[in-house]
Amino acid sequence: MIYFDKVTKRYGDIAALEDITLSIAPKEFVSIVGHSGAGKTTLLKLLLAEERPSDGNVFFESIDVNDLPSSALHHYRRKIGMVFQDFRLIPNKTAYENIAFAMEAGGRTDEEIASDVPYILELVNLADKAKHFPDQLSGGEKQRIAIGRAIINQPELIIADEPTGNLDPINTYEIVEILKKINELGTTIVITTHNKGIVDAIGKRVITIDRGRLVRDDAEGRYVL
Amino acid sequence: MVFKRMLVSGGKSFLRGGAVSAATVVIMTVTLAIIGSLIFLSALLTFTLNTIKDKVDVSVYFVTSASESDILAVKSQLEKLPQVANVTYTSSDEALTAFRARHATDQLTLQALDELGGNPLDASLEVRAKDTSEYESIVSFLEASPALSSGGTSIVDRINYSQNKEVIDRLSLAIQATREVGFAVVILFAIASVLIAFATIRLAIYVAKDEIAVMRLVGASNMYIQGPFIVTGTITGVLAALVVLLLLWPASWYVGTKTISWFGGFSVATYYADHFLLVFGIILVSGIVLGAAASILAIRRYLQV
Repeated sequence: MIYFDKVTKRYGDIAALEDITLSIAPKEFVSIVGHSGAGKTTLLKLLLAEERPSDGNVFFESIDVNDLPSSALHHYRRKIGMVFQDFRLIPNKTAYENIAFAMEAGGRTDEEIASDVPYILELVNLADKAKHFPDQLSGGEKQRIAIGRAIINQPELIIADEPTGNLDPINTYEIVEILKKINELGTTIVITTHNKGIVDAIGKRVITIDRGRLVRDDAEGRYVL
Repeated sequence: MVFKRMLVSGGKSFLRGGAVSAATVVIMTVTLAIIGSLIFLSALLTFTLNTIKDKVDVSVYFVTSASESDILAVKSQLEKLPQVANVTYTSSDEALTAFRARHATDQLTLQALDELGGNPLDASLEVRAKDTSEYESIVSFLEASPALSSGGTSIVDRINYSQNKEVIDRLSLAIQATREVGFAVVILFAIASVLIAFATIRLAIYVAKDEIAVMRLVGASNMYIQGPFIVTGTITGVLAALVVLLLLWPASWYVGTKTISWFGGFSVATYYADHFLLVFGIILVSGIVLGAAASILAIRRYLQV
């Protein structure tokens, strides 16, 4: 499903990623681990076409992500659900509207939005906070809304960049449980983290990156650094 | 559907913008008020110029011995000239009546007139040209015309053009200069305020730059992201235009009553009432164009993600 072919990304003289080759199959749950600055986020940015590689190619299914023109990016990104460490909710939209926005952007009808958004709000257990704005929600609640937004269009892939980085242990556990459930329903998940507890709790494939290089790839790995 | 969503979303973010939206409307109001004053200034200058142009004419005074038929012959010749707008004949009797009326309270002058006996005033033709620049050629026509002499002696006593010419020229020049300087100043103000309005909208959009990046990552197309911002900018422009149009009623009334005599009969309030649709159109369109254009320009740089 995802294939990185000898990908290198340099910022000036500094290589953030070097010669990365890896592939991810559909329905996998992959944790990418490494210290801060190891290159995890750069890897995700390349996958989202937020950045272009200096060398090599990134493929999503049969699409060469590097070749996508700017005008086609939004179509491509609708296949992917994104969850960020800092939630990145739209501050002047309510919880409901934040989730609905992803559907509106994808051109879904008002009827679909009216039926799907309340369902997703139920799923992330925030039906009673539908009309709250992000600054009226706790960190864990914000992240659950962000996950709701990521899954509302039933994407084939969810990318979560340090999704629990700003959360306390209880919220972290909840978020991981939600992600695992989504994965069980058939969605591929790629998560970056440097939280050992999470990786060990998930108990699935772990890719370790250190100073821009892929140093380990274990099918049922643990956090080893 | 997409358009409706953009409208709803733009409207909501305007309402939720609170202080930022209010500040943008205020700045935009100032800009549009300056554009509005440009309209009034232009009207005032045009009015003044026309009033003065109307006062400019050439008077041909005939000797007292000239017969009315000779004068009327000159009149009809003048009327045939393409550059002449109209010619008015004032007989010496009419001139006397007008003179007496003008000096009705001035007993000294009237006594002097009575002592002279008879009618010392000349009959005259007031010639008005279609354009002030044509007087020169009308005067040369008169000077060369054979109809102005009867039996070898000229029936013309004097032509007052050269006496007025200097004043007319100087006045035209002064008006022209005022017009140009006035416009330059107002246009400078307009440009400055347009830039401030642009900067304010850019700032409002800058606040939303992270939000725009998220929209891009969630898969929204550029058009779908831009739409609501353009709607918000347009709402700002329309609201500011309405505020200006409302404020102009009391403002033009106040300025009008204070300055009507000063401006030689030009009333700002009457002009506003008579040309409301024009002013409304210009201010509303300026508001919409400013708001929308500023939004489009400001948001472009954040759509690169």
